[in-house]
Amino acid sequence: MANNFWRGHVGGGERLWAALGLAAVVALWEIGHRAYGNFVLPSPLSTLTALGHVAASGDLWPAVVTTARDALSGFLVATLVGSLLGGIAGRSMPVRAMLQPIATMLIGVPAIAWVVLSLLWFGGSGLAATFSVAVAVGPVVFAAATQGARTVDGGLRTMARAFRVPLGAMIADVYLPHVLSYLLPALGTALAMSWKVAVMAELLSGAGGIGDGLAAARAEVDTAKTMAWVIVVVALLLVVDRLVIEPVRRYFETWRRGLPGEVA
Amino acid sequence: MSQEDALSASGVGHGFAGVRVLDDIEIRVPRGSVLAILGPSGGGKTTLLHILGGLLAPDAGRVERPFERPAFVFQDPLLLPWRTARGNVAFGLAGTRLVRADRLSRARSMLVKVGLGHGDAGLYPHQLSGGMKKRVSLARALAVEPDLLLLDEAFSALDVGLSREMQQLVRLDAQERGVTIVLVTHDLSEAVRLADEAIVLSGRPGRIVARLSIERPARLRDDAFVEAEIRRIAAIEAIRDAFRPTLSI
Repeated sequence: MANNFWRGHVGGGERLWAALGLAAVVALWEIGHRAYGNFVLPSPLSTLTALGHVAASGDLWPAVVTTARDALSGFLVATLVGSLLGGIAGRSMPVRAMLQPIATMLIGVPAIAWVVLSLLWFGGSGLAATFSVAVAVGPVVFAAATQGARTVDGGLRTMARAFRVPLGAMIADVYLPHVLSYLLPALGTALAMSWKVAVMAELLSGAGGIGDGLAAARAEVDTAKTMAWVIVVVALLLVVDRLVIEPVRRYFETWRRGLPGEVA
Repeated sequence: MSQEDALSASGVGHGFAGVRVLDDIEIRVPRGSVLAILGPSGGGKTTLLHILGGLLAPDAGRVERPFERPAFVFQDPLLLPWRTARGNVAFGLAGTRLVRADRLSRARSMLVKVGLGHGDAGLYPHQLSGGMKKRVSLARALAVEPDLLLLDEAFSALDVGLSREMQQLVRLDAQERGVTIVLVTHDLSEAVRLADEAIVLSGRPGRIVARLSIERPARLRDDAFVEAEIRRIAAIEAIRDAFRPTLSI
C-alpha cells in the first residue's frame, strides 16, 4: 500500500523529481534571503516583482529579442563553420594537423577577451556580440565534429564502397548519423555558452539586450532587478534547449532506444 | 575460352605491413559458376575475396572483373546501426536508379525471402539476433540482383537448418540469373553443397595448395553425396596439412 503510494506519487514521474529539485533551490534561496537580507539576496518574491516591473516598463521584450538575435546568430555561424571544417578535418590528416592547434589556441582565449577585441573592431554595432559568440563557440563545435568524422566505422565505409553507394548517400547515411552522436551534445553546450557570451558582450557594448539591462541594474545598485534579468536569461536558454535542441536530438537518436545502457 | 567472360586473377600477391598474406594466386571463375575458397583462418581468404571484389588493390598481379553489379556479404554483418533492417537492405540499392519507394518495397520482399517478416523489417540492428543480422546482410546483397556475389562466411552464424535454407536460397537465385559466386568458408560441407570448384589456401603466406572440382550438379547433391565428398576431400594430403590445426578426422 505504502509502496504503491510512493511509486504513484513520487517515483512515477521524472517531472516530479525535477520539480522537487527546483523547489529545493527556491527554498534555499528564501533561507539565504532571510539570513542575509534584501540587499545581498532579495527574496524570490521581490525578484518576481522586479521582473514584473521590467516587463511593465516595456524593456523586457526588446531585450529578449536583441539577446536572442545576438546569441543565435553567433551560434548559427559557429555551427555551420565549425561542423563543416570539423567534418573535413576529421577525414583529412593535413587539414586536421593544420586546424587543430588553431582551434585549441582559440579555445584558450578567454571569452571576455573576444568581447573586448570585437568591441574595438566592430564598435557598438550588433556585429560585436555575434562575432564574439561565433569565435568563442566555433572551436567547441569544430572539436566535436572532428572527433565524430574521425571515428566513422571503417567497416561501414568499406561496405558502402562495396555496394557502390553514391557520395550523397554515403554522407547522409554513413557519416552524418555517426557525427551527429558527437555533435548534438556539443551543440547543447555550445548553445548555453552562446547566451553567456552574448550577454557579456552586451553588458560591455551598451547596445541593448539583456546584458545592457544588467549593466543598468548594476548602475542602480538594484539586486532584485539584476536577479530578474538572470532569470530571463536562464528561462530563454531552457526554452530554446527544450524546443529546438531536444526535439532534434530525439529525432536523430530514435534508433538508440533500447540499446544497452540507454534509458528508453 | 574467352578471357572476358570470367573472373580471373593471375599472379596475385598481397601483404600487410611487410607480412606476405597471399602469394602467386591463379584463379579463373567462368561466368555463372561457383568457386569456394577454403583454408585455415588467418590464411588470407578474406583478403583474397576483397581483392577479387575490387575492394583492395593487390600489391602484385592482375584481376579481370567483367561484372557490373558486384555484391558482398561480409564476415561481420556491417549493418548501419541507425537504420532499420528494411533501411539497411534499401541502402544497398542507393546506387541504383530505383526511387525510394521501390527500393523500400524491394527491400521488404527480399527480407521476406530470407525469413524476416514485416514485424522484423522495422527493427534496428541492435534489436536483432546475430543470425537475423546475418540474414539482413544476405538480403542486402541479393536485393541488388548482383552478377557477381562474394560471400565471406555468409552462413556461419546460422544454425544448421537455417544455414541450409539460406544456401538453398543463394543457389536457386544464382542458377536462375546466372550469378557468379565466390564464397569463403571454413566449412567443407558448405563448399561441397554449393561450389563447382574449390581452392584450398595454405597458412601464411596463402598459396593455392589444392584445386578440387565437384562434378555433380548442385541441385542433385544429397546428404549422402555431401558426406562422401567430404570424406574424399578430407583424405587429400594437402588439405589435411592446410587444415591440420582445425580438422580432426
